[in-house]
Amino acid sequence: MNRQIPPKKNGGSRFPARKSRPCLFLLGAGVLLLGLIFTHAHVRRHSDISSIHRLATVVEKLELTDLALFTEARYTRHPSQADLYSAFQDHPTSLEHFPMGSIAAPSAALRRLHGKVD
Amino acid sequence: MARWIEKYRSILDFTLSSLVRRKGKNLSLLVVYVLVVFMLGSAMFLTEAMKREASLVLKGAPEMVIQRLLQGRYDPIPMSYLEKIRGIRGVISAEPRLWGYIYDSAIGANYTLMVPRNVALPSGEIMIGNGISRRRMIYSKDMMSFNLSNGSSRVFTVRDVISPESELVSADLVLLSEGDFREIFELPSTHATDLVVKIRNPKELVTVAKKVMELLPDTRPIIRDEMVRTYDSVFDWRGGIVTVLLMMALLAFVILAWEKASGLSADEKREIGILKAIGWETSDVIAVKAYEGLLISFFSFTVGILLAYGHVFFFSAALFAPAMKGWSVLYPDFRITPFVDPYQVAVLFFLTVVPYTVATIVPSWRAAIVDPDSVMRS
Repeated sequence: MNRQIPPKKNGGSRFPARKSRPCLFLLGAGVLLLGLIFTHAHVRRHSDISSIHRLATVVEKLELTDLALFTEARYTRHPSQADLYSAFQDHPTSLEHFPMGSIAAPSAALRRLHGKVD
Repeated sequence: MARWIEKYRSILDFTLSSLVRRKGKNLSLLVVYVLVVFMLGSAMFLTEAMKREASLVLKGAPEMVIQRLLQGRYDPIPMSYLEKIRGIRGVISAEPRLWGYIYDSAIGANYTLMVPRNVALPSGEIMIGNGISRRRMIYSKDMMSFNLSNGSSRVFTVRDVISPESELVSADLVLLSEGDFREIFELPSTHATDLVVKIRNPKELVTVAKKVMELLPDTRPIIRDEMVRTYDSVFDWRGGIVTVLLMMALLAFVILAWEKASGLSADEKREIGILKAIGWETSDVIAVKAYEGLLISFFSFTVGILLAYGHVFFFSAALFAPAMKGWSVLYPDFRITPFVDPYQVAVLFFLTVVPYTVATIVPSWRAAIVDPDSVMRS
């Protein structure tokens, strides 16, 4: 199993270069790049945090409750303010038909609060 | 120690040669593996970043919003409720909030009309979100008309476009004066859309909410924590149909990995037989197979995660945009801030590398215990 390393001739190897060398290099590069993700994320988070704070100020000033992400329907525009029957807004037996409804799960917190009110 | 390292480095050399010999099979596995990590990683990075950003942005949201429920749905709330709420111990202030939706048939979009209490706007002037401005190509000093509830229409002057930096929360906003708002919706001055309440001690929020429900049984208080948790729920990658789709993709991948690892070709069997015949131990053959799996896993995982990171944080998750936008006509143009922590990477690792390893370990062991004599004779 243990390969004897052959003597070098004229400064070069008698056999082709070992495949493990570039592989180990790539493994190291991969670990380094994974580490760089965290470094980059940290740096950008640091630079973005002031704009996030400015957004929070706009939210506070205008007394907003939701993000303007899903503007397709009134109950997807303000999911935190939507009522319990969001899925049945248009007809008592109609199921949710907006694409956003298949991504989002209903809020457990709202359901709990409704439980006390209803 | 040096001998031990040299032994395993030689096994690594042999493993690499073996992988290169079957490059077609291994490359296809690598591509599928990278795609699985990429999709799962993109979904996880996006949802986690949005969830964290929402929680930071909504820190400025009202502490409590009180809606009135009528026939199970929310309805304009009488201003007379304000005094009752202000009388509850612990409440600093209670103010009316005016907002509603209007449909613009010109572009088929819903706008959110809102009266800002802290910005004084003269009658006939509005401020619009950057999403509306971009979509309608309307800018400062331009005119914009809305249909009133009575069927007539009214023209407004755009005083300003809300800063594009705040598009995430204001893309579809139209800010206008109270008089104009009440005129558009014919909302009497005795009613508001809902009420915003400030509490002296945040710990008393739930107690005050209970008191509001006792005092005004037809109301529904929504506290800020619930608004934030709504977004936790919306962007929970473990919830919704995303999980189902990702689980199906993972299952398909595990089946593929199992098939690739268990379907040993005649060449591979003969190779293992020869290795064992010339003195390789079962543990060495298992080491070769384990190295194969680990190398493929590591490179696929690294490439997949790097691609996912680039996709979400450099290209704003462009591939997911159709799903995120849905039928929305107005969609905010915003840059996603990377909130990435080792926990997410560890979860991703366990969701991809572990199923692959489990799917390949049994076939590897079966390959390693093969009888060299029977293999070489077959």
